[in-house]
This record gives sequence, structure tokens and C-alpha cells, in this order.
Amino acid sequence: MQDRVERPGSGSISAAGDAPGVAPRPLIRLDGVGYRAGRNRILSGVTLEICEGRPTALLGPNGSGKTTLLKLLMGLVTPSEGHLAADALAAMSREAMAFVLQRPVMLRRSAGANVAYALQAAGHAPTLAAIDRILAQVSLGHLRERPARKLSAGEQQRLAIARALARTPRVLLLDEPTASLDPSATKAVEEIVAAASRDGVKVVIATHDLGQARRLAGDVVLLVGGSVAERGAAATFFAEPQTPIARRFLAGELVL
Amino acid sequence: MEGDDALSLLLRADPTLLAIVRLSLGVTLSATLVATLLGVPLGAFIALLRFRGRALVIVALNALMGLPPVVVGLAVFLALSRSGPLGTLGLLFTPQAMVLAQALLILPIITALTRQTIEDLSAEYELELAAMRVSATGRVITLIYEGRFALATIVLAGFGRAAAEVGAVMIVGGNIDGFTRVMTTTIALETSKGNLALAIGLGLVLIGLVLAVNGLAWGVRIWAERHAG
Repeated sequence: MQDRVERPGSGSISAAGDAPGVAPRPLIRLDGVGYRAGRNRILSGVTLEICEGRPTALLGPNGSGKTTLLKLLMGLVTPSEGHLAADALAAMSREAMAFVLQRPVMLRRSAGANVAYALQAAGHAPTLAAIDRILAQVSLGHLRERPARKLSAGEQQRLAIARALARTPRVLLLDEPTASLDPSATKAVEEIVAAASRDGVKVVIATHDLGQARRLAGDVVLLVGGSVAERGAAATFFAEPQTPIARRFLAGELVL
Repeated sequence: MEGDDALSLLLRADPTLLAIVRLSLGVTLSATLVATLLGVPLGAFIALLRFRGRALVIVALNALMGLPPVVVGLAVFLALSRSGPLGTLGLLFTPQAMVLAQALLILPIITALTRQTIEDLSAEYELELAAMRVSATGRVITLIYEGRFALATIVLAGFGRAAAEVGAVMIVGGNIDGFTRVMTTTIALETSKGNLALAIGLGLVLIGLVLAVNGLAWGVRIWAERHAG
């Protein structure tokens, strides 16, 4: 397992938890990526690789660019500068990616029909067996006929992940999936994320929850002010942060 | 008592009254269908497309919602009259002309309200549908489906407006007995003739119809809240 911390612009993130001696394969490369919204610079000079392996946690204070970075990875916004390659592997493309919004929008139909819609959008047949299998993955099989908007916040978040899993993604992007959930719903979501990761899905999760990052992540990217402040293996990041800004962030003293 | 006579007409299902009600429903349902088939997709596309002059189109549509029926009637009359651009069709003073007039009257209502509904939904769903890689056409269909309960209420509002209008169908239909005479024009005519029984009877049917339409709209909303969230 590689376990090193690197400063911005110095190479790839090593995914902790990979087989010893085997370099994790990069899935997405960002090279000097920047993004502006009007006059506001949201991201600047982001250079990193997202590699196969355990989940990558995007950490950072509010407004640091985590959501924008996820949107860039998903191709929902285009970089204003720099280059982003999501086809680092031959079989890899944006079609093999899925994105769960921080506040997912439930379609006005049943939970099962929401999954069916996602299956169809991804070009898969929305068979009952497929719907049941995906709902079972997020422990919502018993709520298949329930209107999605009548589900609790935690159930809706799990349904949003189910819709994402319907795409059979290689990469699953999660934007603060437990931001408004209670501990029990948070635990349920984390178990689903961990299971997806064990199944070989690369998870990139933006989160404010440091405990969650410790529990789930193999590596960490700390964004501050739209730039990568520190990145590296999660264990090292939490035990021995290398930069003053990371130490302040972990101490809860980073005020922007 | 005129009221008793009116009730008697209703209770014994007077054939003249029934024929008028039947024609009225036929014309208004047809007009609503035409306006819905044109207005819903048009409203959805105006909501989702960005083009030059879009703001002007939206302002014009909103203004046209208050279009006076007699003006629509006059425009359709001029278009269908023998010297008009559509005169060769020979539709003036026919139920088809009345359908056309009513459809034109409610088309801006259905289009403008659909545009607003779909635009609001689009703001809510845009990122989610983009993340699911839904195609442009798929997004239009999805948003129309997601707005189906609001759109049903809009269509019912259009139906109510068409059913209650008198000026346009009077001008283009001519109020011909047994051919183009509908509830509203009959009420106007019979009242002027002093035949209040038939006028009141038809008035009661019209009020019942409007109540039924509003009840249906309410029912749709309640059902939607319970079953679709």
C-alpha cells in the first residue's frame, strides 16, 4: 500500500488499500484545471489523478470548490482552463460515471419507477428483476411502490444512490450525501458506499464530515479557495498533515 | 315560475336542451384537445429553448391570455369569410369554425401556463437530468410528465374558459338553430327573447359543468399529493 502525501502539482494520489506493490491505475486526470463563473474564480490550477481503489474524499470548507470539482469530473461544467481527461483507461468514459447531488431531486413517481427511469436513461432494460436488485442494494426493496417524494430524507438519499448505481458506474461521485441526515441514516448511506467500493466502484465523495472521511476514504484531497492545499493517503493526512493549512483545517481553525 | 320550468326541462331530459349541451361539449372538448396538443409542447419548448426574442414571445403570450373572445371571433371570421385567406375551406358558420375560435382563445392560456410550469420544473430538475445523461427530447418529455398534475389543472382551466365563452362562437358559428347553437349563445338568445326557462336550464348545466371541472381539478391535485408526492 502506498502511503505518501504530496503537495499540489506533484503527481498522482496514491490510493490507500490497494494491493502492495501494485500502482493504482488512474481513472481521471486533471491538469491545471481552472473554472470561472463570471468574474468569480471557483477553481484554479487543479492538477491531480483520481485512481482506482478505495474512496477519495474531497475535503474543504464551504465554498472551496468541492461541488464544482465534482461537476467538472462529471462533465456537467467545462473547465475554463486546463485539461481534464476522463478516458485515461480505454474503457473509461463519462457514461461510466454517476453523480449524486447533495440535494437529489426525486421524480414524482414511485421509488421503483425512479430506478426504472435511471435504468432507461443509462440504456439498460428496466426489468422488475433489475429494479428489485438495485433497490435491494440500498435496502429499499420494501418501498418499491412508495412515492419517492414521500420517503424520508435518508431513504431519498439512498434512492438517489440507487439511481446512480443503475448506471453501473465505474466512478460514483457523491456530493455531501449525508449532509442533512441523522446518524442512523448516515450509517446506512456509508454502508452502501463502502459496499459499492468493495464491488470495484471508484467513489469520490465530497464531505464536511471528517469522521466519515476517516471511515471511508483511502485518500484525501483538501481544497481551499479553489486550489488543492494538500492531498495524499487518508491515514497520513489525518495523522500527520503536511501543510499548516491542513493542520488548521483539521483543528477546525480554518476560517475563510 | 321560470325556475320550475327550467328544472322540468332538465329532469325530463329535453331533447333540444340535450342537443345543445352535446354540441357545446363536443366543440369545447375538441377545442381543448387541439389547444392542448399544440400548447403543451409549444410551452415546453419555449420554456427550455433559448432564442432571440424569447422575452418578447413570453410577454406576448402572457398578454394574449387576456384576449377578448370577440376579437378572436372577429379574427377567425375574417380569416374564414369568403374573401379571407381560409375562405375556400367553407368553414364559416360551422362547428369546426367554433372549435377553431375556442382553440385560438385558449391556446395562449395553455401555452403560457405550460411555459411557466415547465420552466419552474426545469430549474429544479436540470442538474439531476443532466447527471443522468437524459437527452434533450427526453428532458422535455420528462418535464411534461413530471408536471402532469399541474398541466392537467391548466388544461381544465382552458376547458372552463372555452366552455364559458360566448362572443367568439356567436360570431363564427352564427348561432344557427340545431347546427351551431351552443349553451352560451342559446342563453344569450333565449334571454333576449324572454324564454327564460331554457336559458336558466342551460345556465344551470353550465354552472354544473364549471363546478365539475373545478372539482376534477381539485381531485387531480389531491390524488397527486397522495400518490405521486
